[in-house]
Amino acid sequence: MTYLSPFVALASASIATLAIASTPFPSTYAAPDHAPVIITNATILTGTGSRLDDASIFFANGKIVSVGEEPTALPADTTLIDARGAWVTPGIIDVHSHLGVYPSPGVDAHSDGNEATAPVTAEVWAEHSVWPQDPGFGRALAGGITALQILPGSANLFGGRGVTLKNVASVSYQGMKFPNAPYGLKMACGENPKRVYGRKGSGPSTRMGNIAGYRNAWIKAVEYRDAHEQFEALSDEKRGETEKPKRDLELETLAGVLNGDIIVHMHCYRADEMMTILDLAKEFNYKVGTFHHGIEAYKIASELAENDVCGALWADWWGFKMEAYDGIQENIALVDRPKGSCAIVHSDSDEGIQRLNQEAAKAMARGLKAGLEITPERAIQWITSNAAKSLGIEDQTGSLQSGLMADIVVWSGNPFSVYAKATNVFIDGVERFDRLDPSKQPVSDFELGQLMEIER
Amino acid sequence: MRIYMSIVWIALALQSSNVFAERLLMKNATLMTMGAEGTLEGADLLIEDGEIRAMGIDLQATADTVIDVAGATVTPTLFAGATAIGLVEVNAVKESVDSSLNNSPLGKVHIEFDVRDAYSPHSSLVGITRVEGYGYSLLMANGAEYSVSGIGSLVELDGRFDSFSGNDTLFIDVDGYSSGKVGGSRAAHWMLLEGMMSDLDRRPDSQEYLTQAGRKQLKELRSEGVFVFAANRAADIKQVINFTEKHRLSSVVIGAREAWMLASQLADSGIAVMVNGLDNLPADFDSLGSRLDNAAILNDTGVTVMFTSGGTHNARKVRQGAGTAVAYGMNYMSALRAMTVVPSQIFGGRDRAIKVGNSTDLVVWSGDPLEITSHATAVIMAGQVTSMETRQSKLLERYLPEKPSLGRAYINR
Repeated sequence: MTYLSPFVALASASIATLAIASTPFPSTYAAPDHAPVIITNATILTGTGSRLDDASIFFANGKIVSVGEEPTALPADTTLIDARGAWVTPGIIDVHSHLGVYPSPGVDAHSDGNEATAPVTAEVWAEHSVWPQDPGFGRALAGGITALQILPGSANLFGGRGVTLKNVASVSYQGMKFPNAPYGLKMACGENPKRVYGRKGSGPSTRMGNIAGYRNAWIKAVEYRDAHEQFEALSDEKRGETEKPKRDLELETLAGVLNGDIIVHMHCYRADEMMTILDLAKEFNYKVGTFHHGIEAYKIASELAENDVCGALWADWWGFKMEAYDGIQENIALVDRPKGSCAIVHSDSDEGIQRLNQEAAKAMARGLKAGLEITPERAIQWITSNAAKSLGIEDQTGSLQSGLMADIVVWSGNPFSVYAKATNVFIDGVERFDRLDPSKQPVSDFELGQLMEIER
Repeated sequence: MRIYMSIVWIALALQSSNVFAERLLMKNATLMTMGAEGTLEGADLLIEDGEIRAMGIDLQATADTVIDVAGATVTPTLFAGATAIGLVEVNAVKESVDSSLNNSPLGKVHIEFDVRDAYSPHSSLVGITRVEGYGYSLLMANGAEYSVSGIGSLVELDGRFDSFSGNDTLFIDVDGYSSGKVGGSRAAHWMLLEGMMSDLDRRPDSQEYLTQAGRKQLKELRSEGVFVFAANRAADIKQVINFTEKHRLSSVVIGAREAWMLASQLADSGIAVMVNGLDNLPADFDSLGSRLDNAAILNDTGVTVMFTSGGTHNARKVRQGAGTAVAYGMNYMSALRAMTVVPSQIFGGRDRAIKVGNSTDLVVWSGDPLEITSHATAVIMAGQVTSMETRQSKLLERYLPEKPSLGRAYINR
């Protein structure tokens, strides 16, 4: 994704140096070795808009080697999966999950998803709340989820950093962290921040208060970035005799957005508010990556496409609050319609993440019913390549192309059906889930040994 | 193009039905009757004054309205689950929500709180749910101060004021989540419920828990009503079984995530369950045993299974739960019966199977009624083809054109 003007790109170079030198909480994920795999006779949706029938896909050393054409020679240790009747898609990616931060069981002690103590908490990082033993990760894997972004909640104007994970079982989030994926910054429009902080008396209590809150924070972030850039630009001699600007966790994250290193994920329902936010981004020269929930995104589908902003949406949720009142089931299909669009089906739910394929199927069906031409090979992009683009990982995963990560799902049939199930899920070429083999189905520590006393 | 075709089709149908359609002839349907006749292929159906008068192959009849559905699947209308449809417009707009009694002034249990008195058939949710093929719902009271939430019943989603049917149904929470309302232990739910039952045998001036009106209501419920207990944990469901047998009640367990552990006992006690086919997470310590084949196990053991989605605005999603139950082993026809005729039987409503003599509401489907990519193409209630227009379809019409000439505010048909 091209983010910013050359001017800002230049500026980012200096801070990037600073950031890399101090990257804390690094990923420790490394995929184990696996034998090469060839899946044959499958219906393949590539995630690039193509459908291949009776086709094969070959992957080795964690990477996709070939799609469509069967290689002339295969290594001797290649595992063969005859997928006649089955469908193959890229690994499913959910750009909006609270697994780990609002895990199962949903007891108070696990409620770690929203630092709802101040309207601006850009300093918090969702990964520090992720409980890797959430049984929801394993359930999502059974639904074909190979990567997901964990976001803070939406009580705040700036809710903190989101983190992109590989859906691999681990005792630490570092062991799940998607290597080198950019961070996200959760922001929120509308009812939630004004309700939460209006009640607390601190404000904002209105939508105009929300906007003032964002602007004040960005003004500070610009000053912060400039101060650090100016310091880094000093000659060694001058730097030695100048006091180094103080580090500030909140502003460091916001400066990361201004530099294009961190992607904005903005919870926003109403069309008019999204238009305000696009202007806000222009004022401070940053990019809104994705609007999340966007119940009214269909009202500004062209504007979203023109501004290269993704819309991460539900298939059918509506009405739970005033800003969700105009929800229609054709939202995703309409957002998908303009040239250059980036429609995404997201879950925001430990249930929905288990069947994003079905959520996409419902959205596709409503589009077809409305007369829009949408094929499965197009709709699959809503939960694969478009989601990868939203997270800034589209050069690594989200589609079936040689050289990309072998994140692959085999489905028992057409995944746009309530009856289809993911049968095999590969992450970086490693089979992490096999529906027929209990030894390839992860069980979280929490679920281990529960209900041992049931009479059998 | 499809939408224009279907809108034209519906408009034509409506045109003829606006003149009160005494006789409606549906031709060439795949009739899934949900009754003794099973599934009839290529069948015709004659409805007169809302009642099915004849069905069979090549019916010879004259009618005011004739619809050829070209082999489409036709079922009775679906059950939308236990909802607050007509009791809520927007959840977060508190003056539009009427589904629960809080801050009761008297400190007593209000059995007699009846949500039907707050029902509005003009809520946008009625039509929005109906156009997806749902003809009726269980109007539910929820979330009151004590174990008992109040009374509701079946309601027809036909946009009329008095469309309630079936038996009075009492809603009761007995799970861990609600134990805070009765002092912190779910044992207090049973203390309270036993106390209420004892009140029935006391002199009115010595009642402990009930109001005068509540005592009268509970007496009627005990003999003719349905008791719906919200519980997920097997141990709590076991308590429901005990209470039901002791007081000889007609009971349903809603939620019922661990009901599979007690399948035989539920079957023996004649207690039905209402589950969400999508539940499979240990959402709390009450549902550690939650699993997707819960409905399949219960149905195979002889328990009467129904479906609910846990939601009201998106009650239309209950179909996806039923389809998922089938994907995880539930018999297909059982799932479809659970979605159509069964809830009406359990809650004392009319026979909703498609058969001669019944006043049956019908849905014409674009495909498999349990498949998520299918949709209702027509909903026929009381012998009338109903409108498929809703606030949401009007929003779609307004935003579907790519270049509205005078602005979208003028697309206002």
